[in-house]
Amino acid sequence: MEILVASAIGILTAGGLYLVLRLRTFPVIIGISLLTYAVNVFLFSSGRLIVGAPPILTDATIYSDPLPQALVLTAIVISFGMTAVVVMISLGAYLGGNDDHVDEPVAEDAQ
Amino acid sequence: MTHWLILPIILPAFIAPFIVLAARYQIAIQRVISVAGIVAMIGITFGLSWQTADGSVLLYRLGDWAAPFGIVLVGDRLSTLMALLTATLALFVLLYAIGSKWDERGWHFHALFQFQIMGIMGAFLTGDLFNLFVFFEVLLIASYGLMIHAGGTARLRAGVQYVLFNLLGSTLFLFALGAIYAETGTLNMADLAQRVDLVAPSETAGIRIAAVLLLLVFAIKAAVVPLHFWLPSSYAEAPGPVAALFAIMTKVGAYAIIRIYTMVFPPDLAATAGLHGWWLLPAALLSLAIGMIGVLAARRLDRLVAFAVIGSMGLVMVPISLFTPAGIGAAIYYIIHSTLAAGALFLITDLVRAGRANLDLTPQAPVAGANLTAALFFIAAIAMAGLPPLSGFVGKLLILDAGFDTPYMIWIWAVVLGASLISVVGFSRAGSVLFWKANSIAPADDAPAASPPSKLSYVAVGGLVSLLVAHTVFAGPATAYAASISEQLFAPDAYISTVLTTKGKLSDAPKKDEDSQ
Repeated sequence: MEILVASAIGILTAGGLYLVLRLRTFPVIIGISLLTYAVNVFLFSSGRLIVGAPPILTDATIYSDPLPQALVLTAIVISFGMTAVVVMISLGAYLGGNDDHVDEPVAEDAQ
Repeated sequence: MTHWLILPIILPAFIAPFIVLAARYQIAIQRVISVAGIVAMIGITFGLSWQTADGSVLLYRLGDWAAPFGIVLVGDRLSTLMALLTATLALFVLLYAIGSKWDERGWHFHALFQFQIMGIMGAFLTGDLFNLFVFFEVLLIASYGLMIHAGGTARLRAGVQYVLFNLLGSTLFLFALGAIYAETGTLNMADLAQRVDLVAPSETAGIRIAAVLLLLVFAIKAAVVPLHFWLPSSYAEAPGPVAALFAIMTKVGAYAIIRIYTMVFPPDLAATAGLHGWWLLPAALLSLAIGMIGVLAARRLDRLVAFAVIGSMGLVMVPISLFTPAGIGAAIYYIIHSTLAAGALFLITDLVRAGRANLDLTPQAPVAGANLTAALFFIAAIAMAGLPPLSGFVGKLLILDAGFDTPYMIWIWAVVLGASLISVVGFSRAGSVLFWKANSIAPADDAPAASPPSKLSYVAVGGLVSLLVAHTVFAGPATAYAASISEQLFAPDAYISTVLTTKGKLSDAPKKDEDSQ
């Protein structure tokens, strides 16, 4: 299971990084989403991978750490909100300038 | 347990929704509430600074849960001083936004402004790393709204870059937090400071990676070269008062570096020794050099000021990267100066913008109210470039002095003094083009006569400039207080014991099972 989770995080991160380095806003936003998925799984696994154990202290000796699950929830909510914001802002920039490149427009240098 | 410590976060958190819900269409009521809130905030943060001035550490346990289990807010000398600085800067920025009517050019300026203050205050006061991340996000999402306030394609484009860069920074922050939690099982800063010590010497790989990741995140916030690329466009395109408020945001990064790397990963900690010492100083010197060269090379006034902020952050990071008590003390004195000077310069840039077609550094007809604006620019530029008699010079002397005994003395002195010279040339070029050469150009006949900026705008800028003068006049007490802050930072035992031994719910619970780590 460890190798599966670890490689999933690695592949998500690699794909996300590749897309983030693209020129246009749409792939960059998708890349950031992939990166946030990767970091969510990473946070989740930071409490160790345990299957079928309750996330609360009981009489049982095995339990899964509840804190990373709370952290992941917070991180999911925040990244979801941030992605919505960046989609709106880049849509505004695209519709205003008719150009969805992430870098500085050439025209500005020529001014 | 008093509740004063959480007020700087609670107060704007209540004011902002109230403005949105109750005073949405009445800009006058919004202004009154917003200014009253910030004035109250100055009072509260001053009270907190007063309480912590004797070296005591204030603690607020949210929900009364004891420290490693619950989230705590901690106020010591440094955090309350930074909170006071934030509130003070915010008051003048807010007055300027009202005086220049920037707040009328889009929706929800005052609500976003309050949320921004809430995030900054939270970042300064929190004692928990994940909580620091949450407050970073609060201040960032408010800053996204403020940054694109009043719209415009150029601003939105710069906003996209700003948001994307900060989203990447946040992702990196989460990776660092996950790594730290996996290695130590806690995210409370005081608890972390104790547990990092216990990591076995053979198993430090994870914690070393986390320490460097965390430093990278804070370096992005502090705009240290080569992680500064988000700053020039976004600060230049942001509305003037917003850019002035953002002057404190880079300091949040510097604050976090000071806090984490004196307490959690102190310079003498074996596990992380030699990780950041050797490259943080060159990066800081490079930031200083690139920032000041940017001042000389900029073709627009707003970009010039943005590069001055990068250079100024470089100068803040130089003494921090020494991690000596004298260095941190000098950095704290300079952080106050740099925040006020950068805020004033961004506001002055906006004063110039009001009377000109654009901010290109080319001779154009004089701006309305040019005499007073020019005088303010002159003073603020002297302060930013670090010429005598203002506080920039005092701060630079302290930094040079802190670097005198180190092996890197030649590098520090050469770069700091060289960069000062370049920035003096850059600022004098900008000032003479903007204000002196302008007198030889007659205004175009068909150009409508621009009305000079309102008195309130000048009051706001003048207030910041007079604070700079006060920071110079009272440099003696200020440096003494900065030294006492740095003394407290290098003796974190009082902080740690206050956080961990104060009783609360679950205090008597058995210590967390170490075997599960």
